[in-house]
Amino acid sequence: MLVSYNWLKNYVDLEDMTPEELAEKITKSGIEVESVEYFAEKSDHVVVGYVASCEQHPNADKLNLCQVDVGDETLQIICGAPNIAQGQKVAVAKPGAKLPGNMKIKRVKLRGVESNGMICSLQELGMDEKYIPTDIAEGIFVFPEDAPVGDSVVPLLNLDDAILELDILANRADAMSMLGVAYEVAAILDKEVQFPDESLPVSDESAEDYISVEVEAADLNPYYGAFVIKDVEIKSSPLWMRNYLMAAGVRPINNVVDITNYVLMEYGQPLHAFDYDRFSSDKIVVRRADPGETMITLDNQERKLNEERLVITNGKEATALAGVMGGANTEVNNETKNVLLEAAYFNGGSIRKTVKATGLRSESSTRFEKGVDPNRVKKAGMRASHLLQKYANGTVLSGVAEFDELDKSEKIIVVNTEDINKRLGTDIATKEVASILSRLQFPYTQNKDTFTIQVPTRRGDITIFEDMLEEVARIYGYDKLPFTLPEGSNQAGGLTERQLLKRKIKQLMQSIGLSETLTYSLTNGGDIKRLISPEIVEQHPTPVALAMPMSEEHKYLRLSILPEMLRTLSYNIARNQSNLAYYEMGSVFISDEKEITKQPKEQLRLSGALTGKWLEQPWQQEKKEVDFYLVKGMVEKLFHYLEIPVRFEQARVKDMHPGRTAIVNIGAQKVGFIGQLHPGLAKELDLKETYVFDLNLEAIYGAYENILSFQDIPKYPSVARDIAFILDKEVLAGEVKQVIEEVGAPLVKHVQIFDVYQGENVPEGKKSIAYSLLYQDPNKTLKDNEVEESYEKIVEAVNSKFNAYVRS
Amino acid sequence: MKEQLEAIQAEALEKVEQAKNPKELQEIRVTYLGKKGSLTKVLKGMGKLSKEERPVVGQIANVVRDAIAKALDDKSEMLEQIALEKQLESEAIDVTLPGRPVNVGGPHLLTSIVEEIEDLFIGMGYEVREGPEVETDYYNFEALNLPKNHPARDMQDTFYITNELLMRTHTSPVQARTMQEYKGEKPFKMICPGKVYRRDTDDATHSHQFTQIEGLYVDKNVRMSDLKGTLDKFAKKMFGEEREIRLRPSFFPFTEPSVEMDISCKVCQGAGCSVCKGTGWIEILGGGMVHPKVLSMAGYNPEVYSGFAFGMGPERIAMLKYGVNDIRGFYLNDKRFLKQYHKA
Ligand SMILES: [Zn+2]
Repeated sequence: MLVSYNWLKNYVDLEDMTPEELAEKITKSGIEVESVEYFAEKSDHVVVGYVASCEQHPNADKLNLCQVDVGDETLQIICGAPNIAQGQKVAVAKPGAKLPGNMKIKRVKLRGVESNGMICSLQELGMDEKYIPTDIAEGIFVFPEDAPVGDSVVPLLNLDDAILELDILANRADAMSMLGVAYEVAAILDKEVQFPDESLPVSDESAEDYISVEVEAADLNPYYGAFVIKDVEIKSSPLWMRNYLMAAGVRPINNVVDITNYVLMEYGQPLHAFDYDRFSSDKIVVRRADPGETMITLDNQERKLNEERLVITNGKEATALAGVMGGANTEVNNETKNVLLEAAYFNGGSIRKTVKATGLRSESSTRFEKGVDPNRVKKAGMRASHLLQKYANGTVLSGVAEFDELDKSEKIIVVNTEDINKRLGTDIATKEVASILSRLQFPYTQNKDTFTIQVPTRRGDITIFEDMLEEVARIYGYDKLPFTLPEGSNQAGGLTERQLLKRKIKQLMQSIGLSETLTYSLTNGGDIKRLISPEIVEQHPTPVALAMPMSEEHKYLRLSILPEMLRTLSYNIARNQSNLAYYEMGSVFISDEKEITKQPKEQLRLSGALTGKWLEQPWQQEKKEVDFYLVKGMVEKLFHYLEIPVRFEQARVKDMHPGRTAIVNIGAQKVGFIGQLHPGLAKELDLKETYVFDLNLEAIYGAYENILSFQDIPKYPSVARDIAFILDKEVLAGEVKQVIEEVGAPLVKHVQIFDVYQGENVPEGKKSIAYSLLYQDPNKTLKDNEVEESYEKIVEAVNSKFNAYVRS
Repeated sequence: MKEQLEAIQAEALEKVEQAKNPKELQEIRVTYLGKKGSLTKVLKGMGKLSKEERPVVGQIANVVRDAIAKALDDKSEMLEQIALEKQLESEAIDVTLPGRPVNVGGPHLLTSIVEEIEDLFIGMGYEVREGPEVETDYYNFEALNLPKNHPARDMQDTFYITNELLMRTHTSPVQARTMQEYKGEKPFKMICPGKVYRRDTDDATHSHQFTQIEGLYVDKNVRMSDLKGTLDKFAKKMFGEEREIRLRPSFFPFTEPSVEMDISCKVCQGAGCSVCKGTGWIEILGGGMVHPKVLSMAGYNPEVYSGFAFGMGPERIAMLKYGVNDIRGFYLNDKRFLKQYHKA
């Protein structure tokens, strides 16, 4: 909401307070003033001048030579504006004047003739083009005839005004008017509010002789008032009104339209003026539109209507989309003689729906949406009638034709000083509470320290004790609230086991050389299908999509963190940062429903992506690219850290290198995968050899908690044995390990591969793999023969299963 | 015999003195102290001595043996020392060459900020709660006093999935869920950090995904001054002891009274500059006293319980604290950006 400082002065005594000081006070009391801007840069030595004569310049076709009376002297001025004419009153920048844009006016000679000043347009005086009425946007500005010659144009054109931009939040609809702001400022400054003149002369005829009102949808339109103003003269509105409208960001049009806009701004009550004769009916019917009904609005658009739209009709056809926009067929124009003025209360929800459906948001619809003051609807109509009589020479007919089922009653709230102080932590005196209520102009009765408050309907936001609490607190001053700390129950704060573990895993990831990334959870149609971990694929998840995404890039809830991480890698590589090692922890969204009706399962996952060089030390010619075993080592480190046994199983995973990918298992449960990104996909993403891992952190948490609860510190010593097998080259080390673990259970606690060898002393087509076995019995010290027996069984099992033999 | 022994000693010590390596020392040891060594030979002749002479000569022999052994040991140690020094000298390297790089990663700046804030509130007795990012309309809006068609819903443009499901627009639903879990009986303090989503076009100051931390304290007799004191403590720990705070009235549907908190501008010390848009103050967070409807919907009797709530954006805090000027920077994961803040 734009508030003109000069306009506001009409309602509240602002003393000598600067606009900036006022803004600071308003902000501190609850409505944020976002900016204070001056309407125009300062001009001086610019006065009203009378164009006594105007002739063509002797040496130039397009220039005029004018003699302009500026009060104390007559200046010869050359003017190029096409609209200059003898008899006009214009803005004259005298020699020595300074105009916005640091323009200095001097005596000059133009084509041999002296020019002593400049006749100005509004633009030249620093006004924003967009607020200047279209009919005077070209050429110089012409004052009304009564403008006093020689007077400074600054006050006449309101050029010294400051505009305060207020950020009105949803609850303060009351402040969306000059009067509302006046109440607010008066409360803050402890001043009175001056009310506008709503008086109307008595007329012989009454409005009801000309119009009747019928409302068929009282739920959406509980009040409709129709005023009739006869014999209006359409012309420009007075200069002061035009100035204020421009200051409020509204472009002046003609007196009738300007007056409805002016009252809209002044009272916060939208009004609509119909051309009575073109309305061509003596009956207003307000109803829901029929399905399929259409109307042409002011902007000459045909609007398709339905039962959700409220329309104003003349009994036959729609003449306005209620509260949103008038119809083209009943618009006030230059030929208008008689005006039918609507002052109505429309239901905010209904207006909001119409605005959403049509996209027609306006100063009017916004106020209806937020709720107007029930007790100001009719008054606004009277105020506009008053102004139409005064500035359009109209005859206001007595009374108003109306439909009225509007609840205009005031809320009663009872508060007492003790409750207020208890909740605020303050020590405000009862006397002060009373003074605050008076400043707010809330009528009340007082019984000792209890107040029964009658909340004015303009403050529709105040309905309960807590609302009054805020009113008292903000006028008292949030600054004056003491600083205290809670005195209640003292629980010990802290993180849960899982939250602690999450932090530890993050630290581990960082200590092994990975940096954390944070990518978007919303991804595109291509990436939603990529790099999904096999155990999720098995669940056949339905991608969850937004109903109305902002862009195709962020439409689906991710099923894998990796695609967005790879995007991050590409982004960096494009900026010559090619050695990258990242991890990210975040949720993926798994839904097993065909049609989404309930929240998808959110699964926390830990992903990593690495590319480029892992190690580089040029002077020693050392260089190590990231590879499968580096990434595997990292994943193993995590599981060792958590003491969770884990198994890697060669597998094919979509978008991954078919020969360099493994599924990660805890027991029989798949918990993710690691491996090399498929070179085809890597190429598409402008990536070189890239390795990734993706793990279900929740499954890992579960396994960790399981192990914690079963694990005791071993009491008896362990025995280590090494064993090396000669195996066919194709045999996987992990499969042999699995057999050793199975056959060796329960005494074999840990199996580690410590050597893989091919070459001398190993037959062609064979390889040697050495395992280190750790034996332990939790209940007693192991005997040699037990270990020996188990060892023999393992050798036998491996030999027979893999066609292997023990290397001696 | 005494003379004989002394001569052996002198001869042996002389030889030790001249020995050049461990091998020579070993030979000397065998020659004099070995089983067939000269000292042993002399001692074998002791049987010829008288009863009185025997202990005297024996003692001398012991002295001689110890002296030779000591000399051998000392010399051996000396030779080892020399050898070692020689070896070490040969192992010298250029210590001015660069070291082998060690890879260490770091946290994302937002993680650092979130954890810092978490720890700060944990110190004040808060627990940390988390909740789903896909929420129901009920928990995201209705339970927070934002019924359908409430005008304030326009304040938050929402990514809907269905009419009833949406991407949470704030972490407040976690508060509603926590209150329900505690069944209107238990006083508690909690904060809830997490990702939130708004239907915004990404630009320097808007992001369709961002982070939020909200806090909630519910108990008997919670005062608005407690909120002010808590936020003051937070601001001073987070931004520096010299920072002042200012509360301004504001509006949120889930709190009443509502506040907005500013901190004094560090750049201009409150005098007004471009960072604070000339006001001397910088907006940090919003909060207020929990709306009685929010309490009662979650099962807390507002006649008995009251509470305060607050919410802040770690991105904004990071932008202020570390001078990050484009919110998109947090999500691009540029290596240089990430690295710059690893120690934050
Ligand atoms: Zn500043």
